[in-house]
Amino acid sequence: MSEPEPTITPYRDGPLVVRGGFRLVDQEGNEIEAGRDTVALCRCGRSRIRPFCDGSHQIVRFRAPSAREDGRADP
Amino acid sequence: MTFQLSFVTEEAALMQELPPPRGEMSAALLAAQRNEAGGLGPIDVPDPADALADEDLQLALYCCYELHYRGLPGVDERWEWSPSLLELRSLLEERFEHALNEAVAAPNSDGDVDWSEIDIALRSIADDDEAPSLSQHLDRDGTLEQLCEFLIHRSAYQLKEADPHSWALPRLSGRPKAALVEIQADEYGGGRPERMHARLFADAMDAFGLDSHYGSYIERLPAVTLATVNLMSLFGLHRRRRGAIVGHLALFEMTSSVPNRRYANAARRLGPDDPRATEFFEEHVEADAVHESVAAVDLAGGLARDEPGLTADILFGARAVVALDGLWSAALLDAWDKGDTALLSTQEVAGVVT
Repeated sequence: MSEPEPTITPYRDGPLVVRGGFRLVDQEGNEIEAGRDTVALCRCGRSRIRPFCDGSHQIVRFRAPSAREDGRADP
Repeated sequence: MTFQLSFVTEEAALMQELPPPRGEMSAALLAAQRNEAGGLGPIDVPDPADALADEDLQLALYCCYELHYRGLPGVDERWEWSPSLLELRSLLEERFEHALNEAVAAPNSDGDVDWSEIDIALRSIADDDEAPSLSQHLDRDGTLEQLCEFLIHRSAYQLKEADPHSWALPRLSGRPKAALVEIQADEYGGGRPERMHARLFADAMDAFGLDSHYGSYIERLPAVTLATVNLMSLFGLHRRRRGAIVGHLALFEMTSSVPNRRYANAARRLGPDDPRATEFFEEHVEADAVHESVAAVDLAGGLARDEPGLTADILFGARAVVALDGLWSAALLDAWDKGDTALLSTQEVAGVVT
């Protein structure tokens, strides 16, 4: 059975959730073991288990939309 | 060898002994359950002053619910659907739900939240939680004894982790159902029994020298702890509360990663040099970081979109976690502050009955 096409979903104020068939590799091309089918990648930069999310976005009250940002600076 | 292993697991997965009763209701129930399923006989169910803290009521309810999970040792399995037992259960639930409504005090505006903003509403419920933080205490100042006590309290749920929320599966369809399956598959180890979260918890208990048999500490668990598990069984077993069980899971997952990182720190600092001592907590940091988004947006938001009339119940489930877990963590921290334990002593259990 072929794996489904990968999708990446930025969740509001939270991580990037990756589903489907994907490979996670570091810049040398070494596999980063995900250990599960669906993974959450850090988007706030504060995780202590990067590239994975550890919920730290809640502590720093990270805010980001799910859809594309409009590019204008914060008021 | 494989056969031997699975046999051992099976034994550990069943409750070994019935807990002693804590009052007239649980005494009458537990006595009747020693007989073949049939008529329960009249059991008086008085209005307790505080159903959430009532030892007799919470234990009786727990024993009614446990028939739907692994069963009770030596108890005829047909009691599960005995009309007289279900009648008693519904009276206990009536008192429990009444007390919950009072403790939660949900605002009327909960029903007006749009499905697309359920995640924001859930986050704000989590952020408004003012209960003292058990995880912060254990991380910074906790003792080994306190960490073990924490594991004992949590064992009531964690040894059947995810099961109460699985009751919701046949009641959902489409997007929220797919979301719940995605979360539960992970909870159940993605097809690997040794990675099941309940198994990882039992491993952690073993690493700390605790008894990881299912239900082994029930007799020591106070009402405030049993109530946190009865809450999930109530929401999970009643289709009419499918919103609440979904909201319960969402809030639970949204407030899990960060505390589990602290518990992992505490286990590393205080526990044995054994990877099993920290694995359960470390696994939850990463797993629940995935689950929180899926549970809040796809599961809770998806259900609110499919059935907008359930929005208030979804948020009620979330508020109920905050309320009951808050009472529970306050009870533990209060006891520890006095150099005491929140676990019942065997004498206390006997004392309640007389």
